[in-house]
Amino acid sequence: MIDKVNLDPVVDVQNISKDYSGKIAVSNLSMEIPAGICFGLLGPNGAGKSTTLKMVYGVTSPNSGDIRVFGRDVTKYTRETRSRLGVMLQEDVMTDALTPRQNLETFGRYHLITKLDLSKRVDWVINFMELNSHADVKVRNLSGGFKRRLAAAMAILNNPELLILDEPTTGLDPAVRHVLWSKIRQLKAEGKTVLLTTHYMDEAERLCDQVMIMANGESVIQGHPRELIKSELMPEVAEFDCSETEEMKILENIEEKSLALRSGDRLMVFMEDATRVLEAINQFDGGSRRPVYSRPANLEDVFLSVTGLRLGEGQ
Amino acid sequence: MSVSVRHVLSVWHRNASMYRRTWKLNLLPNFFEPVFYLTAIGIGVGAYISEIGGLSYVAFLAPGLVCVAAMNGASFEVTYNVYIRLAYEKTYSAVITTPVTPEDILFGEVLWAVTRATIYGGGFFIVASLFGLVPNMMAVLAIFVIPLTGLLFASIGITFSLHMPTIEFFSFYFTLFLTPLFLFSDVFFPISERLTGFWLNAAEVFPLLHPVRIVRSIFNGDWGLHLLWDLGYIVVVSAILLFWAQRTIKKRLSN
Ligand SMILES: Nc1ncnc2c1ncn2[C@@H]1O[C@H](COP(=O)(O)OP(=O)(O)OP(=O)(O)O)[C@@H](O)[C@H]1O
Ligand SMILES: [Mg+2]
Repeated sequence: MIDKVNLDPVVDVQNISKDYSGKIAVSNLSMEIPAGICFGLLGPNGAGKSTTLKMVYGVTSPNSGDIRVFGRDVTKYTRETRSRLGVMLQEDVMTDALTPRQNLETFGRYHLITKLDLSKRVDWVINFMELNSHADVKVRNLSGGFKRRLAAAMAILNNPELLILDEPTTGLDPAVRHVLWSKIRQLKAEGKTVLLTTHYMDEAERLCDQVMIMANGESVIQGHPRELIKSELMPEVAEFDCSETEEMKILENIEEKSLALRSGDRLMVFMEDATRVLEAINQFDGGSRRPVYSRPANLEDVFLSVTGLRLGEGQ
Repeated sequence: MSVSVRHVLSVWHRNASMYRRTWKLNLLPNFFEPVFYLTAIGIGVGAYISEIGGLSYVAFLAPGLVCVAAMNGASFEVTYNVYIRLAYEKTYSAVITTPVTPEDILFGEVLWAVTRATIYGGGFFIVASLFGLVPNMMAVLAIFVIPLTGLLFASIGITFSLHMPTIEFFSFYFTLFLTPLFLFSDVFFPISERLTGFWLNAAEVFPLLHPVRIVRSIFNGDWGLHLLWDLGYIVVVSAILLFWAQRTIKKRLSN
């Protein structure tokens, strides 16, 4: 016998729109998140990421469109749905006058975890998030990193099937970010589905099986990070400073297909093989070479190219 | 409307456990305030008043101060504390990511305010009885008016908090609303002997008057249908305000 595999997406969003008194926050957005993957929502400030998450966990409802979480309409089965998911808000919201342990105990009661299970569960999440050393220090005396760990601990307290993380690592030092990444990976390995937002493309590339880049409330593209790099850009990029007239002259010398992306004085030229760009620059500059940085194209390049930098297409 | 008793209790429990941590600090000032009034005005000023409605002045004062203690106990909780959780700490925005709904939060907060009102009103009732101011066994029934007073002022206060644009407005609430209520609601003098005609009827609008009248009637053994009017006022006004507050909290938290 073959096990029946559940192919229904854990989160199924179809054509949702949301405005705040006329101002559009999310517009005709769709996404399907299968069980067990990590899905990343990317987009500039104000793109509508947090609003999308809020609609997924049912705190706010879309003006139109459908949202199904665990196969059910979240606006109708809000309580049931929330008992099976955990949310880490963009801002740390906790009671300053209480310790992490006390905050967790309070949160556990909202989930109706019984007293006996609660202390076990609280110990477990404190351990898991490596909060032991600060479990009994008042939150107001904690560093940003420990507050963020506590926010994560609160999100996983009810052992959720779906984790919704709004900018989990913004403003954290590299060491804490690595800790959080490894925890997210571990939770995913346990079979949890993760939906996160981030401004860090390296984070999305590391963690996400699928990403959606949004801008002005709309989905611009969706896909696997590496496939997006392949489909949107070329594999290599050369970055250097040059004026627009210099740009024209340098690119004239390149016959192969290339894509150019400009941000102020900085030009990024994407090609199958970036050494061709270096040659073209050398040809133009003659003896005095300008510094050129060549590297593989990454998700950040895709992000910049689809969310607003001018993208000029060469031959 | 989506209210679940267990979730309401989880919200109540949060406040109760916070309170347990600091109750000594909180209890003392709130508890002593009406006791000071009782001694300074009741015994001090009362020495110059031979009698009022057949009672010593301190005995006249006691029933009103029971309600004042309950009113204050409820009011602090649903004004500053609720507003901070709503607008500054934003704790509610985290609470509603759990199965707790905005309505659960509202009723949990109100239930907690009623609890605090009962602690303060009950505490003062005990002090009053130690002063020998609870006249008979039947008067003990007045204890049931304490949580009702709490309910009324929790409903008024939380509705106010949910509609306040900034925290500064609470000083209006305390000085322009609660203080005049305290002074002109039959606590210190019977308004029926000072007001006439239209003004006497208009005074029925004021909330503190009703619980004070019930407690005073019970103390005096003055049972009658007039109690139904006062009781009805408390229940109906609380219900209307809570219905309104419930719609507001939903709107405020779900956007
Ligand atoms: N409660 C609200 N009332 C009014 N406008 C809102 C509200 N919440 C969000 N908006 C607006 O909707 C748009 C999308 O906001 P949202 O917070 O979803 O963006 P975001 O992608 O999460 O941004 P950031 O990266 O800065 O967190 C913004 O223009 C924002 O100003
Ligand atoms: Mg956001």
